[in-house]
Amino acid sequence: MLDLFGDPAVWLPVTFAGLMGLSILIYVVLDGYDLGVGVLFAGAAPAEKDRMIASIGPFWDANETWLVLAVGLLLVAFPVAHGVILTTLYVPVALMLVGLILRGVAFEFRAKVHPDQKRYWNLAFFGGSLTTALSQGYMLGAYIMGLEVTPWTILFSLLTAVCLTAGYAFIGACWLIYKTDGALQEKAVRWARRLAWFVAAGFAAISVVTPLVSARIFAKWFSVPEFLLLAPLPATAAAIFLALTYVLRRLPDVGDRYSLVPFGAAIALFVLSFAGLAYSFYPYVVPERLTLYESASAPESLAIMLVGVLIVMPVIGAYSAFSYHVFRGKATDLSYD
Amino acid sequence: MELDALILARIQFGANISFHILFPTITIALGWVLLFFKLAYARTGDMKWMDAYFLFVKIFALSFAMGVVSGITMSFQFGTNWPGFMETVGNIAGPLLAYEVLTAFFLEAVFIGIMLFGFRRVKPWVHTLATGLVAFGTTVSAFWILVLNSWMHTPVGFEMIDGVAHATDWQAIIFNPSMPYRLMHMLLASGLTTAFLIAGVSAFRWLIGRREGSVMAALKTGVTIAAVLIPVQILVGDLHGLNTLEHQPAKVAAMEGNWETQAGAPLLLFAMPDEETRSNRFEVGIPNGASLILTHELDGVVPGLDDYVLEDGTVKHPPVAPVFYAFRIMVGVGMLMLIVSWTAAWMLWRRGETPAWLNRALVGMTFSGWVATLAGWYVTEIGRQPWLVTGVMTTAEAASDVAAPVIAGSLTLYLAVYAVLIAAYMGAILRLAQKADGGRGDGERSPVALPGGAPQPAE
Repeated sequence: MLDLFGDPAVWLPVTFAGLMGLSILIYVVLDGYDLGVGVLFAGAAPAEKDRMIASIGPFWDANETWLVLAVGLLLVAFPVAHGVILTTLYVPVALMLVGLILRGVAFEFRAKVHPDQKRYWNLAFFGGSLTTALSQGYMLGAYIMGLEVTPWTILFSLLTAVCLTAGYAFIGACWLIYKTDGALQEKAVRWARRLAWFVAAGFAAISVVTPLVSARIFAKWFSVPEFLLLAPLPATAAAIFLALTYVLRRLPDVGDRYSLVPFGAAIALFVLSFAGLAYSFYPYVVPERLTLYESASAPESLAIMLVGVLIVMPVIGAYSAFSYHVFRGKATDLSYD
Repeated sequence: MELDALILARIQFGANISFHILFPTITIALGWVLLFFKLAYARTGDMKWMDAYFLFVKIFALSFAMGVVSGITMSFQFGTNWPGFMETVGNIAGPLLAYEVLTAFFLEAVFIGIMLFGFRRVKPWVHTLATGLVAFGTTVSAFWILVLNSWMHTPVGFEMIDGVAHATDWQAIIFNPSMPYRLMHMLLASGLTTAFLIAGVSAFRWLIGRREGSVMAALKTGVTIAAVLIPVQILVGDLHGLNTLEHQPAKVAAMEGNWETQAGAPLLLFAMPDEETRSNRFEVGIPNGASLILTHELDGVVPGLDDYVLEDGTVKHPPVAPVFYAFRIMVGVGMLMLIVSWTAAWMLWRRGETPAWLNRALVGMTFSGWVATLAGWYVTEIGRQPWLVTGVMTTAEAASDVAAPVIAGSLTLYLAVYAVLIAAYMGAILRLAQKADGGRGDGERSPVALPGGAPQPAE
């Protein structure tokens, strides 16, 4: 049965690497907009803050669960890589966890404490979101650099930390354009316009620096025919970006037309960058050190998980879609009753 | 004790898991109680049930968020602090954790949104269904975690190949010898913790002059659940102990403070175990008590700790004092629960209300479930030492090589955050309990404005 698709020690690790990548991508997009809204908290008035929270309140928990699934898949499918990656990234992981804790509980506390204390929890929400975004960006940079620690890799990781945070803030602004109206929507459009250029600069910087510091990635990018096959990725991204800036200039439009376009474009940009990264790393789980075949769990264990994943994933997709359907339309004030 | 990287990592994991377990312990059972409130309203149409629901759903939401964020910390710490664990037993622990995420986390995470904020957006039966699915999700989550934890205590259904565990029988792994007892013991602990939380909050509201129907309804619910569950818990706890005696005798020896294997061992009510002299000081005990409880015979033979010291002096049993004391704290709180809940139940039955002194006692017992649950977990987890997975790998073998000062730094950070959050959590519950409207939104809405205001028998 396991041999149906060839050697199970080959296709099962590849399948799980794909599933893990998919989870990370979904996480980055979904919790990306939550964290981005949190980062944008810094520039919002008190009344706007409640609307911003309301726009993500029913979703954030499920969004964050994709991170648990991603790290869970890393843990269960590639246990050796899991240990190597997480012990090396010990400090940014610890900071991210504290950030996630503060962000997560702030949703509840800011609505339940005495009004005088609300501002502290607003600060915790902003601080938690910012810390989480920065740590994740730092981890991305460290990972690209092959988990080596030198002054240059630290500098590079700091750059990716800022860029990913800007990316989250950007997709957060796009989400707000879709979920809000009136003055807050106009403000979100202004945020998105400004952040778009910041994001473009970040992407460019990372794309230039990455092949310069990693000989392996340089070879993977700039050899023929790979270069030609890869060219559509940045070209598509550039086209989407230009279309996006054009749409952003015209928003908000009458009758709220095109309000979903920036969010869709932002997702497309995240997917394209992710595809580029995935291509650059394959077949390594730990860059330059461990391939996904070397670090995978036993095929029997992977198979029993795959059964669960294939049955449950579509169900998760269905009820997630139901939840987005229930909370469709513009965000209104959250209330339990 | 020298604070090396291993002990710091253990303190950090212990702190995180202790902080985490507080909140699932509440949400597992509170979800079902909220479903009960909703169904009671659907059946009777009495608004008091919805008022009770709206107060306790806020406590649920808060506890749920605390549980989620502290749970994520746990999942990362397997990798950051205990890489050896997954490298050795990942083939077994991995699928169990994966099934928890897939079958429980997403279910509860998606439907919590509808349960909390969808009341006016979905049909009443959909909202009740969402509430039920969240309760179901938390319980399924507890099931998988306790399967894994029990397997670490009583591992079966695997073979070791080149130092790595490979599953041979998943049914044996899931239904491993200690799982049914541990699962029941934990679910009942959750029921009791929630019952005393509800009773304590309601008694507090009664004491500050809130006498509306919802307060009495919640108080009766809490007291009834506590009074019914505590004798069951005592029975299940005893069965769990017998199961432990069979599979982990060294743990039971530490719980009993019994150094030498003997017939007719006494049940120690108090003692100070001393690892240096390998004996107890200030023993106060009931003759033959331990033998009677553990073997159901007055002169039954009870294993002693000295059996678990190797020829070369290596100690293969857990540290005695923490297990011994934690066990007595757990049992002591359990006895207190029995007395208070039965007294309150009797008063409610005979007089229709609880006197002020008893209400104060219930307020004092609000978080008693936490104390008993933590003490119980310390008994079983410290009692497993020096093993991480009994007979397979020790805790020391699983530790990472992260430097001690780094762990000390992150530990300090976590402890500071947890201290602030516990204080804020209790403060928020106090504030919800004090609010005149029972924490129900703006308190202005009339009952008729509720969708499904009429009874919904079809639910």
